[in-house]
Amino acid sequence: MEKISGIWVFAEQEEGSLHDVGLELLSKGRKLAIALQAPLAAVLIGHKVRHLVPTLYSYGADYVFLADHEDLEHYLTLPYAKILTRLVQFHEPRVVLFGATSIGRDLAPRVASSTRSGLTADCTDLQIADVTQRGRLYKNLLLQIRPAFGGNIIATIISPESRTQMATVREGVMRVEKPDSGHQGKTIEVDVNLSEEEFVVQLIERFKEKPKVNLKAANIIVAGGFGVGKKENFRLIEELANVLGGAVGASRAAVDAGFISRDHQIGQTGTTVRPKLYIACGISGAIQHRAGMSESKKIIAINKDPHAPIFDIAHYGIVGDLVEVIPKFIEVYREKSR
Amino acid sequence: MAYRSVVCVKQVPDTSNISGEVMKPDGTVNRAKLPAIFNPDDLVALELALQVRDEYGGKVYVITMGPPPAAEVLRQALYMGADEVVLISDRRFAGADTLATSYALSMAIRKIGNVDLVFCGRQAIDGDTAQVGPQLAEKLGVPQVTYVEKIEKIEGGWLHAKRRIDGGYERVRATLPVLLTVFGDAAIPRPFNAKLMMEKKRARSRFELERMSGNNPLSFFYNDPGTLEKKGLLIFTWGVEDINAEEERCGLKGSPTQVYKVENVVLTSPERKRYEPTKADLEKLIDELMTDHIFG
Repeated sequence: MEKISGIWVFAEQEEGSLHDVGLELLSKGRKLAIALQAPLAAVLIGHKVRHLVPTLYSYGADYVFLADHEDLEHYLTLPYAKILTRLVQFHEPRVVLFGATSIGRDLAPRVASSTRSGLTADCTDLQIADVTQRGRLYKNLLLQIRPAFGGNIIATIISPESRTQMATVREGVMRVEKPDSGHQGKTIEVDVNLSEEEFVVQLIERFKEKPKVNLKAANIIVAGGFGVGKKENFRLIEELANVLGGAVGASRAAVDAGFISRDHQIGQTGTTVRPKLYIACGISGAIQHRAGMSESKKIIAINKDPHAPIFDIAHYGIVGDLVEVIPKFIEVYREKSR
Repeated sequence: MAYRSVVCVKQVPDTSNISGEVMKPDGTVNRAKLPAIFNPDDLVALELALQVRDEYGGKVYVITMGPPPAAEVLRQALYMGADEVVLISDRRFAGADTLATSYALSMAIRKIGNVDLVFCGRQAIDGDTAQVGPQLAEKLGVPQVTYVEKIEKIEGGWLHAKRRIDGGYERVRATLPVLLTVFGDAAIPRPFNAKLMMEKKRARSRFELERMSGNNPLSFFYNDPGTLEKKGLLIFTWGVEDINAEEERCGLKGSPTQVYKVENVVLTSPERKRYEPTKADLEKLIDELMTDHIFG
């Protein structure tokens, strides 16, 4: 059997639909594959998921490794890790990318350990470059760029001696390119040969809510922080978002204080967003929060504290109490848009 | 049925509360000035292990890999009620990435032996990788249950747990031995026990005993490791040979990932305009946003 090295993407799916992050990674992987002059492959594991293969082709996959079996219907660490480990050991890909989701962050380290590959968590950028490290030149290494130290530093990590370089990548940071329905690939059927050992963890129940909030797709986000003060005041944030046709976001401090549910959280431990306009209300601008929104095209900060760090990255700063500023803002906006 | 548990903990710089004092004039963080703390998720992992011991009996070992000052988090583990603590420390472990770390931890856990449960925090606040837990499970050849919110029961050789996933939860059962990574809000860590603090504050690692005897030759006489161990005050201190580790798989040598470049994040903004919270100023701001087609 021919070895297919190059760039691989783990195409996460659940109940027969692909996770966005897989498409984001294929879009980025396409560029890396061109830089490496190597093929791009997707690994698709599940049950009754064959219908997803054409989508993976259209997002740039030259090959799809398809492991389709009833035992693989739901994600379980050991069977998925076993299949990937075998594939990686045989084909020796240069790069394997995973989404930094609860599945990707569970699976990737297990596979990296069994194949003794270098693995970097939660990357926000990836590049291919020649690198001189400790006096040696390495051609075409994967530069794995990620925030570290609570977001206070940006580190570039390399795995120069690793046969396969692995990384998990934050959701929402890589742009999805337009699919090309004319792009075709080849499917490689993967032999699913698992033993009882792989099923020592059993799923009893799974509960998943469809996300009610779609922060990633919003053009305008109005977000509240701890400075909102109390839960009742959060209605102002919701009202402003409503008037502007935007979505409601929150800092971790606001979520922890119980002002709003966790699915609204933006930042290093929440969603990464890049809307056209981000209005930060009563958000001090801790680095963990900025990590999730600093790519916004325009940022308005409303805060009582003139020294709040959020003003350092805001394009427009308003020093004042949001309880007074927001109603005024709404009033003026309504007049103007009449 | 009693269980032997090992909890893996880490001493980390406190990145969550960065005050002005640790900021350098150029707006970057002086990392050396951050206080060293017990990694928050690891405290919760220890709490769950202690709860399992309270309910089913058994023994809780706490291990950490780090430089000599990391002995402090082990003393804190003793204050919470850990039975035995081990400092895995050797210059040759320095510079370990997650793979080399999980290898060294796996060798230490093998040395402890007959372990039923391994607990890790979900992630450490300095690296935020969440990789060591799953990698350690693979190195030990045991299953993993990550993001544990609750241990429901241990019964008939199965551990039942609830784990958090993106947008929901799962309930799973796993055979023992098993490794768990624990979510930060799975439990509230118990406070230090005052009696244990009095008793265990004199617990010492090998490095600390050596330093004490260097300062005062008589001190070692009173603090020899054998006596301390009998009193439950010895922080076992293991190097590469003690855990039968291969040197090439430890520390920098055993780490496939390397840091190539580090840049401090500096706060900057290209354009900064200040507006007063007046109607006139808000009109100006909204006009500008409309001209830029941000609105509409």
